[in-house]
Amino acid sequence: MTASASHPSGHSSGHSIRLYLLVWFWLFVLSACSYLVDYFHLQGILRWFLILLFMVVKAGLIVAVFMHMAWERLALIYAILVPPAALLVFVAIMSAEATYTLLTRSTFLGGG
Amino acid sequence: MTDTALRSAVRPEARPTQWRRLSSDWAADRQTFPGASWRKAMMWIFLLSDTFVFGCFLIGYMTVRMSTTVPWPNPSEVFALEIGGTTLPLILIAIMTFVLISSSGTMAMAVACGYRRRRRATALLMLLTALLGATFVGMQAFEWTKLIHEGVRPWENPWGAEQFGAAFFMITGFHGTHVTIGVLILLVVARKVWRGDYDTGRRGFFTSQPGRYENVEIAGLYWHFVDLVWVFIFALFYLW
Repeated sequence: MTASASHPSGHSSGHSIRLYLLVWFWLFVLSACSYLVDYFHLQGILRWFLILLFMVVKAGLIVAVFMHMAWERLALIYAILVPPAALLVFVAIMSAEATYTLLTRSTFLGGG
Repeated sequence: MTDTALRSAVRPEARPTQWRRLSSDWAADRQTFPGASWRKAMMWIFLLSDTFVFGCFLIGYMTVRMSTTVPWPNPSEVFALEIGGTTLPLILIAIMTFVLISSSGTMAMAVACGYRRRRRATALLMLLTALLGATFVGMQAFEWTKLIHEGVRPWENPWGAEQFGAAFFMITGFHGTHVTIGVLILLVVARKVWRGDYDTGRRGFFTSQPGRYENVEIAGLYWHFVDLVWVFIFALFYLW
């Protein structure tokens, strides 16, 4: 273990209680907003957009502040945050596959 | 020791840019994550692997939901509860979300207190976090019981596409397991903090290594990850 490992840089700035309370507050507000999207029965593009927006902002706040990613070095940030992008490729592949499966099912199983 | 000496030698004149530091961290023939201890880096890498586990579950759910010809049950109605005569959509899930977010908040406070070496405050906040986590698991057990009584099974349900039950039990079951394990980790670390292990350098039973207050932060990383996964489940499974 190197000397630098026992003194992670930036911890003085990373543990301000005020910042945590602020993020906590925003997480509450954003969760309430995403609940309200369902409560008011918003539909269509607006619903998907709001749900995904609140989801991404909440995830960003948790990772950046609560998990201290904002105070880590770029070497770690990229090692952790870039690989999940592969999941987006997987989503694209599987949505193409699912559309195809639906097409064959409605054609051959009498669903449509 | 050598790299510390080298780094302090270049500091005064030219402070390297973030990008320069990124490439040198990865290209230099030494530890890649000098800013993070091994325990923290390994926890991050474990969480990355767990991201893929949950990512695959959610993608599997997306695939079955998109490809079924039968309508998907409306989660807003399936998870509605009747409280005081009025039916509130998704209310239990909303409460569970707030409980889990609160627990993330108390965990963040515990980490902050840990680095200030406030032993009792850290342990109590961790216990509060564990309590909120246990509450979450309790409500999830209630939700499962309710749905099973209503006839939801991994292979059938009264409202629509059969795949609903399989996706629901798989995703929330794995998440609930993660929360349960998190509660156990929190209790173990909270006990060590309370006993003062990280002040006295007492060696761990399992590792024979003295712990540090950083262990609170690492337990916190896992806990926040559990909350993070819930953010995605809440949006993609319950609200979609």
